[in-house]
Amino acid sequence: MTTVTDAVSTSAPRTSNPIVQSVRDSLVVARRNLIRMLRIPEVVIFGLVQPIMFVVLFSYVFGGSMNVGGSTSPALYREFLMAGIFAQTVTFATAGAGAGIADDMHKGLIDRFRSLPMARGAVLTGRTLADLVQTALTVVVLAIVAVLVGWRVHEGLPKALAAFGLLLLLGYAFSWIGALIGLSVRTPEAATSGGLIWLFPLTFISNAFVDSNQMTPWLRHIAEWNPFSATVLACRELFGNLPPGYQTPDVWPMQHPALASVLWSIVIILVFRTLAVRKYRSATA
Amino acid sequence: MPGAIHAEGLVKTFGDVRALDGVDLDVPEGTVLGLLGPNGAGKTTAVRVLTTLLQPDSGKAVVAGIDVLKHPNEVRRQIGLSGQFAAVDEYLTGRENLQMVGQLYQMSARDAKARAAELLERFNLAEAADRTAKTYSGGMRRRLDLAAALVVRPPVMFMDEPTTGLDPRNRLALWEVIQDLVAGGTTLLLTTQYLEEADHLAHDICVIDHGKVIARGTSDELKARTGGERVEVVVHDRDHLVTATEVLGGFGKGETAVDNHTRRITVPVSGGAKLLAEVIRELDTRGIEIDDIGLRRPTLDDVFMSLTGHAAEEKEEESQ
Repeated sequence: MTTVTDAVSTSAPRTSNPIVQSVRDSLVVARRNLIRMLRIPEVVIFGLVQPIMFVVLFSYVFGGSMNVGGSTSPALYREFLMAGIFAQTVTFATAGAGAGIADDMHKGLIDRFRSLPMARGAVLTGRTLADLVQTALTVVVLAIVAVLVGWRVHEGLPKALAAFGLLLLLGYAFSWIGALIGLSVRTPEAATSGGLIWLFPLTFISNAFVDSNQMTPWLRHIAEWNPFSATVLACRELFGNLPPGYQTPDVWPMQHPALASVLWSIVIILVFRTLAVRKYRSATA
Repeated sequence: MPGAIHAEGLVKTFGDVRALDGVDLDVPEGTVLGLLGPNGAGKTTAVRVLTTLLQPDSGKAVVAGIDVLKHPNEVRRQIGLSGQFAAVDEYLTGRENLQMVGQLYQMSARDAKARAAELLERFNLAEAADRTAKTYSGGMRRRLDLAAALVVRPPVMFMDEPTTGLDPRNRLALWEVIQDLVAGGTTLLLTTQYLEEADHLAHDICVIDHGKVIARGTSDELKARTGGERVEVVVHDRDHLVTATEVLGGFGKGETAVDNHTRRITVPVSGGAKLLAEVIRELDTRGIEIDDIGLRRPTLDDVFMSLTGHAAEEKEEESQ
């Protein structure tokens, strides 16, 4: 070790605009998380296996016995199913974000971050942005598999892209729920299971895998107001995947699913980002 | 004028435990304060409060002239923190770690890159710069952590047990770096369990136990307070222990301590080298063969023992 001859000490430079700083810091942290994902590819790969398994299981095991819009055709069900799988997949990013943040919070690195003059939400925003990239990658792979099992879009590319946009926005919103869970638990393992458990009822009490019109009334109400259902229905419309005899439920979020999906996602981001950033600042790790 | 690090009446409780129970500290600019104490004494809590990581229940803290509680982000621009758990990202390379920290200190990407290369060179990490930190040895990680704390050449540095768990060679190397930093004008607060380390590096020492400052002063002042010098004799033959103890007792200014196992007798004295010669003559006259004899000043271990009634090391085991 040679001598450190920094005769003049200097304090850190100042970034004038807080918004510029916030964006910049978040991107620096996002880059760090993306590098980590590249160096621990197992996590990304396992993240891909699960949705692919769901596509195959639901298509071939349940496919023949599902009644959607009055039809039991397995081919129709596969088309119907796919938006549900996509939506479920993007929301599973919750578990990844939660585990990643819980892991960070219990390492010395978080003390380093918290002692730096960086934007206060950047550690969390950087993480959720990196998760968004991972989610997008998963969706691309999943779409390829879906095409292989017979899924098609019928409304043209722009609408299909709009549907993917809605899905990614929902996934991004849910990663903030994951962030809050990750900050609230003691171990990454707890964040993973805590991030997944409630997703099952949320995704199953919705129109993701079955036609919500066939549910008992009280369940149907929940399903129709479920944020998840709005995104799924919006995607089905944009992909042109609704079965011919499908009856759109007569409630506002189902009548305006794309708008409802965007609104739900924004509300989730605002609420959970605020809570998570507050929790991060007060956390003592 | 208050120092570069100044704290008054810091209190922090965790449940029933008063981790900080009214701590006052003052570190004049360009000096090193050694915060000494056993595990659980409150050293780390004090560092966490001063580095904006933890809100105290009450008290006041000013770092580099800035109020820590009112303007934490301004304080963060002036400080570097190197903790006891090397705070680096294992999956990033040494270079990526330093560049990231530089950018988060708001340096431009280009400046952060240049500074990272410079620090890697200085801390002997240039060869390992593009390997992930996971592959680094403990000493290398610690160096990387310290480099990260120095990215902006901060005027005020905090090091929480920087050499805990390091082998002697790495510890000495780190001491050199710390001394160079201070020679360059950095103000440093250093916590340690190693009395020798505080003795070696710190201008002033603060001993804390149970969240309270129980003594402060220079290393020499603390030692003087504990009592002057002492004569230490190791007799060759265990049968001579009793006689030798009598002899030494005659010269002593305080209680004589005898360790049967090591055949060591220690007694506080005053009179210096001249007295030592007399002791040797007297022992020789009585035909007592000695393996070792010496006049020594109290170590910080003695200081700690007399202040807390227990040795630093013993306490450490208890609290783990």
